[in-house]
Amino acid sequence: MASAPPSTHSAITLTVNGEKHPLTVDHRTTLLDALRERLDLTGTKKGCDQGQCGACTVLIDGRRAVSCLQLAVAADGREITTVEGLADGDRLHPVQQAFLDLDGYQCGYCTPGQICSAVAVIEEHAAGWPSAATDDVRPEAGPPELTPEEIRERMSGNLCRCAAYVSIVEAVARAAGERTGGAADGAEEAAA
Amino acid sequence: MTTATTGRTTRKGAVGTAHTRVEGRDKVTGAARYAGDIPFADLAHGWLVLSSVTRGRIRAIETGPVLDMPGVLTVLHHGNAPRVETDYVGMLGAPDPTAAVFQHDRVPHAGWPVALVVAETPEQAREAAEALVVHYDTEPHDTALDGDRPDARPADGHMPAVTEKGDLAAELAASAHVVDVEYRTPEEHHSMMEPHAATAYWDGGRLELVDSNQGTTWVQGELAKMFSLDESAVRVRSEHIGGGFGSKGLRVHQVSAVMAATMLQRPVRVVLARRQMFSLAGYRSPTVQRVRLGADADGRLRALEHRSLNQTSTVYQFVEPSAGVARVMYDAAAHRTANHVVPLDVPSPTWMRAPGEAPGSFALEAALDELAEKCGLDPIDLRLRNEPETGPVSGLPFSSRNLAACFREGARRFGWADRDPRPGVRREGRWLLGTGTAAASFGAGALPSTALVTAEPDGTFTVRIAAADIGTGARTAITLVAADALATTPDRVRVHIGDSDFGPAGIAGGSMGTRSWAWAVGAAAAELRERLALGTGIPPEGITVRSDTTEALASLAQKERHSFGAQFAEVAVDTTTGEIRVRRMLGIFAAGRIVNPLTARNQLVGGMIWGISMALHEEAVRDHTGGLYGADLAGYHVATNADVLRVEADWVDDPDPDDPVGIKGVGEIGIVGAAAAITNAVWHATGVRHRTLPIRPDRVLEAGGHA
Repeated sequence: MASAPPSTHSAITLTVNGEKHPLTVDHRTTLLDALRERLDLTGTKKGCDQGQCGACTVLIDGRRAVSCLQLAVAADGREITTVEGLADGDRLHPVQQAFLDLDGYQCGYCTPGQICSAVAVIEEHAAGWPSAATDDVRPEAGPPELTPEEIRERMSGNLCRCAAYVSIVEAVARAAGERTGGAADGAEEAAA
Repeated sequence: MTTATTGRTTRKGAVGTAHTRVEGRDKVTGAARYAGDIPFADLAHGWLVLSSVTRGRIRAIETGPVLDMPGVLTVLHHGNAPRVETDYVGMLGAPDPTAAVFQHDRVPHAGWPVALVVAETPEQAREAAEALVVHYDTEPHDTALDGDRPDARPADGHMPAVTEKGDLAAELAASAHVVDVEYRTPEEHHSMMEPHAATAYWDGGRLELVDSNQGTTWVQGELAKMFSLDESAVRVRSEHIGGGFGSKGLRVHQVSAVMAATMLQRPVRVVLARRQMFSLAGYRSPTVQRVRLGADADGRLRALEHRSLNQTSTVYQFVEPSAGVARVMYDAAAHRTANHVVPLDVPSPTWMRAPGEAPGSFALEAALDELAEKCGLDPIDLRLRNEPETGPVSGLPFSSRNLAACFREGARRFGWADRDPRPGVRREGRWLLGTGTAAASFGAGALPSTALVTAEPDGTFTVRIAAADIGTGARTAITLVAADALATTPDRVRVHIGDSDFGPAGIAGGSMGTRSWAWAVGAAAAELRERLALGTGIPPEGITVRSDTTEALASLAQKERHSFGAQFAEVAVDTTTGEIRVRRMLGIFAAGRIVNPLTARNQLVGGMIWGISMALHEEAVRDHTGGLYGADLAGYHVATNADVLRVEADWVDDPDPDDPVGIKGVGEIGIVGAAAAITNAVWHATGVRHRTLPIRPDRVLEAGGHA
């Protein structure tokens, strides 16, 4: 039987990529550090540790969040998805495959955050969420077309200093097109 | 080295064909481990403490209370740190003594490292570092760069400080048109996404460093000299690197990690916090540049003077050689270029993507645009009239100079022929529209390298070279070059990089990486094929050939070797809000043979976006305290996805005649001239010459514009 944790620590359960991890964490530990230092899930990257770059983006209950601004104790009991949890066995998630095929990166350090963000962007768009680039934001207008301008706006919380933005937009467009079944033309459309 | 001719097949080569990155799957699944991602048993965590004053001396450090905090193992500072050697010359010259931490009590700039707190967990180390009280005796500081400083001095960097020929005053007096203008560029920071990170430990008398750097044998050599160790007693690994741009050489994180690992005899990791990177990772100095051009009525240059001033620290001299651009680009009867520095109480600047060329091309190519306006000439026409036959300063022949071809192809694709030269006459709603162009050049070099290529018994090949893939796609490029050189397919070649145990190799820098490593790999592969042609069979351990390109590079003829390019930009400017949108950019480059079009295009486009960022966003500001105002990624703006619309890069055929593969290098040329093309387009849109970067909204508002 483990003894009760000191007052500076708490016992929590992090549910990451469908797997439950009971942990005793320092209250100061961010979700990012818990993933990286305690669970060895280092796909989630630390770029700035202050919520400005997006490299640590994960999905919490299906919504994107920067894990550096989330304390681990606050993530207790929530469903967390990291870049390691997106592929289906050996089959890459369509967003991952599009980033790979279209070279949507260079150094690769912002890539896990970009990919998690893109997965959420495609869902947010499908659910009809507007962005600052959306002309008609009335609910009855329905989801706006996911134009390159919409993708750029929605992906702007994720910095890429190598500046692979052009191919990131192409990759997100292709993956979004595959989700709606409409298509293979996404990349060309984004490039136009 | 000979080129193997035996067994040549008619198979289409791998070089020149688009290939996705060989490590791509690892990068999109999160499996790629960067320096701070690799677990170690018994790892201790170091957190640096930086000076809170700009200049002075450390009077006392209250380590007692911090050492009593939970988990704290030690506090390293100038009073207890081991002494290290800094009086040496490394691969790239004398070291910046900033990296040699904790050697004295002086504080030469804001954010100087004064201590390292090491603890069992990162949280404990960070809290203890923030709790550490340091007392200083402060002294007045001087951090203001301006163009009239009497203490500015000419300085050699990686080129001579001054070149001059002809009578400048006489040629300017005889010119029909003269441009005499000052340009300014701000302090800029690399801001690669991965912070500097290193883990040091001792293993059986050997120092091991797991790091993120631009050259493992480079950092190995520096650490060996600094800690007075035999090079064979130091091993540096750097498998994945989250961006470098010139900043990832020897820095405080590695040296302090080695010191702490030595004292504690356990692995110690030191990672720079984003905020700390703004004072400890190097940066591009601000520049003040004066350009004087004199031309005949038909636009032919008679006089060209380019003077540049940059700041450096009081502990190290770094020259941002902005005036060097004109030594390659344009000739004139009177031709003078000079790089000056002034030491200030600021951190040491360093190489940052296209050092010299990036700010220098902004000034020179903007001045050319101003001259074109005065001469009533098309800016492309002006440049083509001033194409030199040989190196303007050296007199040496160019290995190849396909700038004119870049302009012709770029003008055709951009639609330049239809351009109305008048400024401030195109309006679309709230936007004023304009287009601009500029030329680009960047040196094509190679550094001596060694490579190991092994033929395995199963018919595959293994390549080992201490190369660094900082996002360039080096691993993939080497795979393609090796496949062609071995007359096999890329899937039969495994490439291992980023380990100093593979032997000396050039750095990922100066756009020299791919060319340097490809040469070495090609040479080893050629010799290996000759050995295999003997048909003696492959033993279980394989057959390994080692190459060394030192002699081949030394015997290269002296020539002006450069990549060239033509940049085009279309901007929309709202003079009511001050907003500028770069609607489209096109860059056409003559940059040698392109090894992998997929990754090369990405890198060229990335460089051009750095140009957008430089023209419109990036600026680190020092306030009266001598420290940076807003030293983070919210205060220091780099281009985001929403800032980037259509950016295209392409190239003309331009194989380097003296490189075995024809490579020149594509890492830096994308940024060169890009900011000038945008600035020139802003003039074309508004009629206002913005000579200070970045062109912030307030500057647009203040300057106003036509229409």
